[in-house]
Amino acid sequence: MSDQALSIGELQTHFSEMEHKRRLYTALFLGASLVVFFGGFYIADDLNSGGFWQGLAKFFDYPYEIVVESIEADRWAGLLVDYFPALIETVNMAGVATLVGALLAMILAFCSSRNLGIFAPLVPIARRAMDITRAFPELILALFLIFLLGASPIPAMIAVTFHTAGALGKLFSEVNENIDSKPLEGLQATGATWLQRMRFGVLPQVLPNYCSYALLRFEINIRASAILGFVGAGGIGQEFKTAISWGAGADISALFTLLFITIVVIDQISSRIRRNLVGGTFQMA
Amino acid sequence: MSISTADTDRLSATFGDVLKASRRASLLPLGMLAVALLYLVYTWFAFDMGKVFGAADAERSVILSRDSFHYKYQLEHSQRRNDFSITVEGNRETEIAGTENVPAWVTRQNNETRVDLGDGHVAHFGNGFMDYTAPDGSVYQVRTTEEGVTVNGYRSILVDDRYYRFLPIGADPAAGLLNLEELAELGIIPQGASFATTKFEYAPDFYKRLRVTRSQVLVERYFFGWEFFWFGPKSPLAGMGLGEVWEVATSDQRIDPELANYEYVFLQFWRNPDWQHNEMFIALLETLLMALLGTFVAAGVGLPLGFLAAANFNPFFAGRMALRRLFDFLRGIDQIIWSLIFIRAFGLGPLTGSMAIAFTDTGTLGKLFSEAIENIDNKQVEGVRSTGAGAIQRYRFGVIPQILPVFVSQTLYYLESNIRSATVIGALGAGGIGLKLVQAMQTHKDWENVMYLIIMTLIVVIAMDMGSGWLRRKLTGAEAAKA
Repeated sequence: MSDQALSIGELQTHFSEMEHKRRLYTALFLGASLVVFFGGFYIADDLNSGGFWQGLAKFFDYPYEIVVESIEADRWAGLLVDYFPALIETVNMAGVATLVGALLAMILAFCSSRNLGIFAPLVPIARRAMDITRAFPELILALFLIFLLGASPIPAMIAVTFHTAGALGKLFSEVNENIDSKPLEGLQATGATWLQRMRFGVLPQVLPNYCSYALLRFEINIRASAILGFVGAGGIGQEFKTAISWGAGADISALFTLLFITIVVIDQISSRIRRNLVGGTFQMA
Repeated sequence: MSISTADTDRLSATFGDVLKASRRASLLPLGMLAVALLYLVYTWFAFDMGKVFGAADAERSVILSRDSFHYKYQLEHSQRRNDFSITVEGNRETEIAGTENVPAWVTRQNNETRVDLGDGHVAHFGNGFMDYTAPDGSVYQVRTTEEGVTVNGYRSILVDDRYYRFLPIGADPAAGLLNLEELAELGIIPQGASFATTKFEYAPDFYKRLRVTRSQVLVERYFFGWEFFWFGPKSPLAGMGLGEVWEVATSDQRIDPELANYEYVFLQFWRNPDWQHNEMFIALLETLLMALLGTFVAAGVGLPLGFLAAANFNPFFAGRMALRRLFDFLRGIDQIIWSLIFIRAFGLGPLTGSMAIAFTDTGTLGKLFSEAIENIDNKQVEGVRSTGAGAIQRYRFGVIPQILPVFVSQTLYYLESNIRSATVIGALGAGGIGLKLVQAMQTHKDWENVMYLIIMTLIVVIAMDMGSGWLRRKLTGAEAAKA
């Protein structure tokens, strides 16, 4: 814009020009969204083996069937007990994956934080490593490992661990970079070694955040472990798949109830612990 | 500077409580660490990890790493039909007919074949026989006879229904039997070969494999790369370089009178029977569509519901509560479970996947939006009201600008994560690239196709990650994107 003050008239023309441009962009954006929405729906409906409108009528049939079968079942509550070991297996898969993954994430995070005085060339390497582990879908890795190690919970555990290391590593390193550097300087003044500085200067600041992120990840990992059961990794997912392919309504609803309760309970417990740890809720970015 | 014992004693005498508290505080993390370790030890035994790792199939990892990035020429002489064939990857589609395309390391004469396997390994085979010459000059003559497969005059018999033992043809079993190691020691079979009544099999190294059974003689040679990636083996363009293909595409003489040459070249690539680029592209598109449509619907439905669930918009407590519980319900049921229900109703396909994504994310986004609406700054709305604006204008200029950054950044963030989930939902039956991948992997063949699928999936996932991250930063500013 020129140095001279614009006259009111010029200002008005300029303003309305910009206003027009903005409106045009908004309209274009809305138009494009509508095209994507309806076009996408049309294509998806076309590609689907069953149609949307026919399916809509049948939407409640399946849940209804399951509920009826569950009510008619002789010992529905007994099924809950029967499937409990499978649930424990899934929770254990998630537990181990979260623990080991968090440990790896910690190492990666310390290697990728610039403010902790780590060997500088290591930083970009650790960051790329985290990017790759995060981008790699768990399912693909699990399928590879199932081919190598045979169908058992362990391939799924390794796959989830791998993904967790990258996902948590990124969050951890953000925590590391936001710490207060004064305790570190204080420790340096007393002649503390690098390890001592990390132990007494960094860890007390970051551990609460680490724990709360790891708990959030644990919730996510339970779902992921359950999903991997569908491709042969054992646990509740595998039972689910069997029940669905047999069309056993009572079993499906029992497994569903178990999974749902577990997710809700762990959600509640972990959000309470997290509130205690960091004081106030926070979002997983 | 160091502290003497006297000093520490004095310190602990004066500040005993403080030091005790600090010691107790430092014990807690150690205790947690010990619990974590104990837990890991328990799971090690619960899952029997030692056994699983011990039983890991090393041969499979060799197959996996070789087949993912190599292709093989498979030369086969079938005993039953007494005929010879060369295929790539053992796929009938890729059979090399005629003589001009036969590789230079294969020579055919009198229905017998001589194969130079490289590095001094040579195999000469025909109907029911194979002579394999090792680089050190030793020759192994494998024959299929009435008594089964024989090597250098030795045949095998089954002892105790369990073990194979070996003896010269015509010799009396009572005169003494040899086992496989002894046979290899004597130089009758190569070291590391497997030999039984029904087959002889030997892989001199990573790139070569020989097999003789009663019905066929098979020689395989591996090469690095993905063969026929651009054009199928039957295509007239197979094996051409980039320059040659360019020449064909731009030349005047039409190969197919119906099509322009560049169209022809493209279709030859697109419909490559071995790699099926067209199906792969459609599958990728399905997965993208699932994520895009699902997130769009979730954002579009979640926003108005978010308004209705916000305390400063909807004064009816019961209605708000009902909506909040609806959000919890939609979120609480996992995407896979929604997708299983939708598969029943709508069949397989991207629509099913996108509905599953839309249902879960309507819950999540609805909750996030309603929280954002409740947290807006009321001053802007009051300011707009003071100008005499009506209700619609108040929302348009007072509320929407405040929640738009949250709306855009959260929607894009969920779009990113949904592309990954769409792969998984697809794998469980909704279709798209995930299903193709699982099918290709579970049939345990064509690992190079699997690798191609994986690389394409990773490229799409990473590209979408980067693209939407860029868009998010662009639209909401770097600060908002970080949160």
